[in-house]
Amino acid sequence: MASSRNFLPLAGFVVCLLGFISYFVLFYRYPVTWDVPWANWLLFAAGLGLLGAGLFRAFRHPEVYRGRVSGPILGVLSVAVVVFFLLVTLVGSRRLPVSAGAPKVGEKAPDFVLPDAQGRPVRLSGLLAPAAGSRGSWVLLIFYRGYW
Amino acid sequence: MSVDPVETTRAHLAKVGWTYTFLADPQADVLRRYDLLQPGEGRAGTAGIARPAELLVDPTGTVRWRDLTDDFRVRARPESVLAAFDRFPSPT
Repeated sequence: MASSRNFLPLAGFVVCLLGFISYFVLFYRYPVTWDVPWANWLLFAAGLGLLGAGLFRAFRHPEVYRGRVSGPILGVLSVAVVVFFLLVTLVGSRRLPVSAGAPKVGEKAPDFVLPDAQGRPVRLSGLLAPAAGSRGSWVLLIFYRGYW
Repeated sequence: MSVDPVETTRAHLAKVGWTYTFLADPQADVLRRYDLLQPGEGRAGTAGIARPAELLVDPTGTVRWRDLTDDFRVRARPESVLAAFDRFPSPT
């Protein structure tokens, strides 16, 4: 008797893959899904659940379901995807210098001159300095990683 | 600011539509001075890139608030910067 096809491991793998890709093509748009990637964790949980159910029935009921070869392969691939995601988002993005020498609250921000996007030199003290008749400006310095 | 050269910065601003002053620090001079340099990132042979940070500086040049994230995915949100700014009384 031919056993039935077992789509659950493949479905689980696809959901895990979606869980990975969606972070970079969809969930990056929203702070609530970007800062803590809970939506991706849910997708991974769903994917691994499908996979587990598929493997369970492949090995528990081999006379009914196939997938004793493809199932474990897809399982390993899915786990690899999940582990890679966790490494990127939990370990890789936290490898940052301590920056103990960065100006602290209450300290002066060192003055500097840098070119703006038109190549014109801009001095921090010039941005802060009061124009005639004004009180001077607050400045928010944002340090980006760049590479755009 | 970022370590991208002026031309890259200009192209990026045109693409995303940011209108605030955006500075180019390709030699990472300011990053070094501010101890915000992350060496070993970016192209080989360059000094590195910024570890992300936001500093709010008052008109006297004093840092009044800052955010040095411990995860480069997670940056200060505009609301938290504005909330920090609002805590300072406006001079009369």
